Amino acid sequence: MPPVDRRAAADRPVLGRFPRPARLLGYAALLGFALLYLLPFLLQLANSFKTDPDAAAHPMTLLPDGGTLASYRRLFGLAEGVENVPFLGWLGNSVLVTVLITAGRVLFDSMAGYALARLRFPGRRALFAFVLAVMAVPGVVLLIPKFLVLKSFGMFDSYAGMVLPLLVDAAGVFIMKQFFESVPREVEEAARIDGAGTFRIFWSVVLPMARPALITLTVLSFQSSWNEFTHFLVSTQSSEHDTLTTGLAHFVAGGLGSGSQYPLKLAAALVSTLPVALLFFLFQRHFVRGANSGSSKG
Amino acid sequence: MRSDRTPGRLREGAWGWLFTGPMVLVLGLFMVLPIGMALWVSLLHWDGQSNPFGGDADFVGLDNYRRLFAVDGLDRTLFATSLRNTLYYVLLTVPLQTLLALSLAIAVNQRMLRGRSALRTVFFFPSVTSSIAVSTVFLFLFQGSGAVNRMLSWFGVKGPNWFADPRGLVWLVLGWFGVDQPAPTAGGPLGLSWSEWFAGPSVAMCVLILMAVWTTSGSFMLIFLAALQDIPRELEEAAALDGANRRQLLRNVTLPALRPVLFLVLTLGLISTWQVFDQVYVTGKGAPGNTTLSPAYLSYSAGFDNADYGQGAAIAFVLLGLVLLFTAVQRWVLRERGGKPEAKPEPRPKGVPRATR
Repeated sequence: MPPVDRRAAADRPVLGRFPRPARLLGYAALLGFALLYLLPFLLQLANSFKTDPDAAAHPMTLLPDGGTLASYRRLFGLAEGVENVPFLGWLGNSVLVTVLITAGRVLFDSMAGYALARLRFPGRRALFAFVLAVMAVPGVVLLIPKFLVLKSFGMFDSYAGMVLPLLVDAAGVFIMKQFFESVPREVEEAARIDGAGTFRIFWSVVLPMARPALITLTVLSFQSSWNEFTHFLVSTQSSEHDTLTTGLAHFVAGGLGSGSQYPLKLAAALVSTLPVALLFFLFQRHFVRGANSGSSKG
Repeated sequence: MRSDRTPGRLREGAWGWLFTGPMVLVLGLFMVLPIGMALWVSLLHWDGQSNPFGGDADFVGLDNYRRLFAVDGLDRTLFATSLRNTLYYVLLTVPLQTLLALSLAIAVNQRMLRGRSALRTVFFFPSVTSSIAVSTVFLFLFQGSGAVNRMLSWFGVKGPNWFADPRGLVWLVLGWFGVDQPAPTAGGPLGLSWSEWFAGPSVAMCVLILMAVWTTSGSFMLIFLAALQDIPRELEEAAALDGANRRQLLRNVTLPALRPVLFLVLTLGLISTWQVFDQVYVTGKGAPGNTTLSPAYLSYSAGFDNADYGQGAAIAFVLLGLVLLFTAVQRWVLRERGGKPEAKPEPRPKGVPRATR
């Protein structure tokens, strides 16, 4: 079917347009819902620029009265006279572990996915069954088990313990395997006839072709390791290893300071959301693909 | 097909294991081995200090499991309470998020709708944010004098102090009609009285339910959207030619075509809601009155707060059994699609995925 014709036809509704009143009602309802989805973020943004008493007295106003950068000053260690939050330390840890985990996943997931899709070796089917089985294991039942194994290896409360267990994820291997299976073999065969070895074919022929899938994998790995909470909660103990998620969670659940300090908490939550938000607006279709692979945790 | 025996194939075999080596190592050491170790620890009384694999481990057999199901005491009451809480959480979250996701998908799939892609972005965005950050925002919004209660007061409604309110929804509503919650009596299953079992989700738990629906409906909407766009247009046009109206088209063409994906979304929802943890941790660690306690959080706190790792591991295995049961049902029912055990909407590796079309 020629794509041009199909698109023109597909843009026409099957049953004509809704009658006008129904259409207006539909738009109103959808806009109402859109507002429900947006309002929490707008209120978060607005209240992060308020003083504590202002946020407590007027949580609904979107334009802060005067507005203050006090929360952000405290986050970035610029405030004087009040206790700062070790936010920069959390941020540094988050960046470090996210970069390491993302790099590991992109490399190891695509290697494993390629081998499972293309290479013939004894035990391949069993390995794939193993990947599917591991994908079914829910993360939260591994809290105590992971703590146990890290403690036995002497990796508890260390960067190694935070990063190594997350370097490969079964869902990513699965996505890459599906991708490599959809790529025609001809190019690889041609390279093989030219005498290229397996690793060379993978590195210089297959990976460059896999760019779209690699971007998806990078984006999803970044998002999931940036937002990771439970693993860092059970693999660390000292505050020097706190990431944005564990640091914020301890802070909000009542570990640090006193009083509600909501502007500060909202500002911290906001800044920690920004990198993923930025990535989301740049690479939305890759997130969409992740949601549709059905394997990313909701 | 015996070419597997040639030297070239053997080399390929070696490459195969080399390429999958890191995966086998990481998943083996940090997924499989820990599960095995925890299975052993769930048979111990272990406080996290000594070496659980040494000879002096305090082996108690199935005692940790018996304390959850058979022995009357605090452990069993807490476990039953966490099951009760999560049961209501699941029973309300899963249908609500599925219904909302389906409605949103049908709405933004309308071909003449203006601003479709902006709406999709808005609905999907909460799904990609961190659960910790979102919980922080909801704690702020649902304070006693917070934004939500301000909005309710515009309509003359006095909102509750959400996160501090342990009252169950069922008894709360019955209370308006003059029926009070009976004093807890012995006799319900697992040592929890019937009036506790039937209390419904607490007011605080309702906020967690709203939060779950708000954060997950967007990603499920995308799954529905991809399925909607896979329905052959000819099918809809044929029905329209036969004189079907909108309602009939939805009931007789669209919804039947969505059945497998509806089942997928329902089971994905079931699997993920039973594991609720992050939100519980941030919003009160089970408070108020243990009404937001979940099995996952109870497992964590048994180990890390009460130094009873054997008990925590036992709870984790009960939860694992439950989740694996749902997964097995899901994979079994969806097994026919594409002849693969992993029945997921076909990934679209190349070009623009259909959901953004």
